[in-house]
Amino acid sequence: MIVVHNVAIAVAGGVLIGLAAGLFMLVNGRIMGASSLVAGLVGPVAASWRENALILAGLPLGALLYIAVGGSVTPHLAASPPVLIVGGLLVGFGTRLAGGCTSGHGVCGNARLSPRSMAATVAFMLAGMAVVALGRLA
Amino acid sequence: MSATRLLAALGCGLLFGFGLALSRMVDPAVVLGFLDVTGDWDPSLAGVMAGAIPVTFVFYRLAQRRGRTVTGENLPAPAARGIDARLVGGALLFGVGWGLVGFCPAPALIAWLFQPEALLFVVAMAAGMMIERRLFAETPALGTATSRSAI
Repeated sequence: MIVVHNVAIAVAGGVLIGLAAGLFMLVNGRIMGASSLVAGLVGPVAASWRENALILAGLPLGALLYIAVGGSVTPHLAASPPVLIVGGLLVGFGTRLAGGCTSGHGVCGNARLSPRSMAATVAFMLAGMAVVALGRLA
Repeated sequence: MSATRLLAALGCGLLFGFGLALSRMVDPAVVLGFLDVTGDWDPSLAGVMAGAIPVTFVFYRLAQRRGRTVTGENLPAPAARGIDARLVGGALLFGVGWGLVGFCPAPALIAWLFQPEALLFVVAMAAGMMIERRLFAETPALGTATSRSAI
């Protein structure tokens, strides 16, 4: 029952994320991909940097809003500092090489029925599953 | 850049962040639970995708039908490239990092508020992006809002 409840809540959260992605296209004409939005702020700054900064600032503020209405946010971070660094490097490098992450390819690109995004989603999910499975063996 | 666009960007960020917090995607344990297919599988992440993709799809169709954004600007063109080694290789590398920590970019940008060590991940992620830019400089600069789409 707990799993069913959690999944229902997850779907509701997904609907809000879809609403955000949809509005960002309808109003701003842009793909709501977190990695691309961050990339537009590091290195050569994108012309749209204000928009990037505002949507990214909205992320933690949205989580605080969730807490304000009675929710709780408790990240259980198990990775050690060196693993956090290696993982961060891989996520930053890989998402740029692939041109998107879980939001850009996983939500927006798949909603756009993009073959590239479908391929990317399969690839990052299989790689993530393989790493977790290998971690279990170790 | 119009005030409407800036306000919409902030609003979308708030919704996105609220949705990630509500669905517990900010918690690496929940994400790793989804990736842990040989263990006690947590389907939450699949639930998020199942909730998000159809809603996004409807909005994208609506935008496509209008042909322009509500502020009258062009919609981004689909990616010119097909499925290539960079796409798949990049996604695999991303997946390895994701599986090691349980963070993808957006949740990490929230989690540091609650778990300051997550800043190590965020800084390393930014560094990884800069390294990629150095090595693969042919990628056009992430220029105007509508010029480039890798999706």
